[in-house]
Amino acid sequence: MISVNGLTRSYGNFKAVDDISFTVRDGEITGLLGPNGAGKTTTLRMLSCYLNADKGSVIVDGINAADDPLRIKQMIGYLPESAPLYGDMLVFDYLMYIAEVRGIPGVQRVGEVAETCRIKEVMHKNINELSKGYRQRVGLAHAMIHDPQILILDEPTSGLDPIEIVEIRNLIKELGKKKTVILSTHILPEVEATCDRVIIINKGRIVADDRTELLQSAAGLNKKIIIRVSGADFGTVKSAMTGISGVRSVEPADDPELTAAVISVSGNAEVRPEIFRIIASNNWMMYEMKQDQVSLENIFRELTVGGANGTVQ
Amino acid sequence: MERFSEMSAIMRKELKSYFNSPIAYIVITIFLVFTGFFFFKDFFYFSQAEMRNLFQLMPLMLCFVIPAVTMRLFSEERQSGSFEILMTLPVTSRNIALGKFFAGTIFSAVMVSPTLIYLVTVVLLGTPDFGPVIGGYTGVIFLSAAYTSIGLLASSFTRNQVISFISAWAACFSLWLIDKAVIFLPSKLGFISYFGTDYHFQNIAKGLIDSRDVVYFISICVLSLMFTIKVIEERR
Repeated sequence: MISVNGLTRSYGNFKAVDDISFTVRDGEITGLLGPNGAGKTTTLRMLSCYLNADKGSVIVDGINAADDPLRIKQMIGYLPESAPLYGDMLVFDYLMYIAEVRGIPGVQRVGEVAETCRIKEVMHKNINELSKGYRQRVGLAHAMIHDPQILILDEPTSGLDPIEIVEIRNLIKELGKKKTVILSTHILPEVEATCDRVIIINKGRIVADDRTELLQSAAGLNKKIIIRVSGADFGTVKSAMTGISGVRSVEPADDPELTAAVISVSGNAEVRPEIFRIIASNNWMMYEMKQDQVSLENIFRELTVGGANGTVQ
Repeated sequence: MERFSEMSAIMRKELKSYFNSPIAYIVITIFLVFTGFFFFKDFFYFSQAEMRNLFQLMPLMLCFVIPAVTMRLFSEERQSGSFEILMTLPVTSRNIALGKFFAGTIFSAVMVSPTLIYLVTVVLLGTPDFGPVIGGYTGVIFLSAAYTSIGLLASSFTRNQVISFISAWAACFSLWLIDKAVIFLPSKLGFISYFGTDYHFQNIAKGLIDSRDVVYFISICVLSLMFTIKVIEERR
């Protein structure tokens, strides 16, 4: 178990990470989500003992990272952003070197991780010659070579093509069955696809922290339905729609020709048939009715773009 | 024991990357061309079969060459980002610094070793005094180690290899210059020459391996390495 308490780190006057606390349970894939510059990399760098925290502590399995960083470094496998490996080395030599420094009998173990990460066919190539996808996989192999219980991956899929992304995600999911994985990303679907749990960070602070499905349904609790009709002004539409049970509010939306309204619905109520019936019975013309996509994206946008500091419960 | 194996793994990796890159061979070639020129100039012009002039020149030569050897040690890692990988391996900063230091020193020794061929010609054609020759080579090793540690320190500060080279060169050159600048100073300040690398090197190269000179070179190494460790721990 990893517990992070009040972690803070500044670069000069800029507070990159500001008083972050969370715990990561064993055997979970946790996604650290946030826009660029939110403090994800800084957080992960402190977890991996690359950076020292200004304040706060990282405790892994009861060991404080500040007291015994070497011990923590042995327990963690860390892949920095964009896999900055030694480009002038052969993949095999590189993995052997890492194994040697970590004090692991090399050849057999290197073979095993090469199998897991599917890099067997590039073992004799220079790391510089690899495609980004292979490079990232070699980075994963590097992080896994000592079979750590905890894997920390900083933007493991950035810069990859769609096929490579899917491959890396599957690999991470597979690893997540046995290990604790913490990964960072600014891509939402990635969190939805791979993570059990998501921590959303903005401007160095945690704005949301929950299981992925709970966050998704929390977003689902606040559905929005947008309609565009003609034949009635907004006031008439509003008074007609407010009567439907489950509707919380009706707001005007921008439209040059038609009457447009955004209907906010609370709970899981399905109000679309009722809306349609009202429109039809009043002989208004309906041009459009759509339900806003229910996804983490909404939460993400609300929490990060607005700079909100509230926590989604 | 465990710690030693980490250090030697890093050292061997650095040595391997030296000999896998063209810079190593370019530096060695330049070094040999220059030393060869100065050695054979005396050899043929003045018909002198002796190593003394070679060793006279060595401190100045190494000032230029060793910073070129050490400039990449940390700067390249900072530039490419692999520094982050290095620092998240379960290795102490001391072992990292020592591994790189020994790699640089061994490389410098390998670079100087072809000059032993000059020694062969001297032995064949003349009757050299072996005292100064042994002293000279011992001095070269100590001097290389000292310059390597200074170069390593310079390299740990910056991600730019050019800055690393120039600052290491400036530091090494100043140390070489100190005892020559003493003639401009009042005689009371004569002790300043003790800080010069050339002063101590020439002592050893006479064939007198005095503990004072050895202590001087070792102190430079220890001091620079201590600062290097400090720098890599603080500047991340």
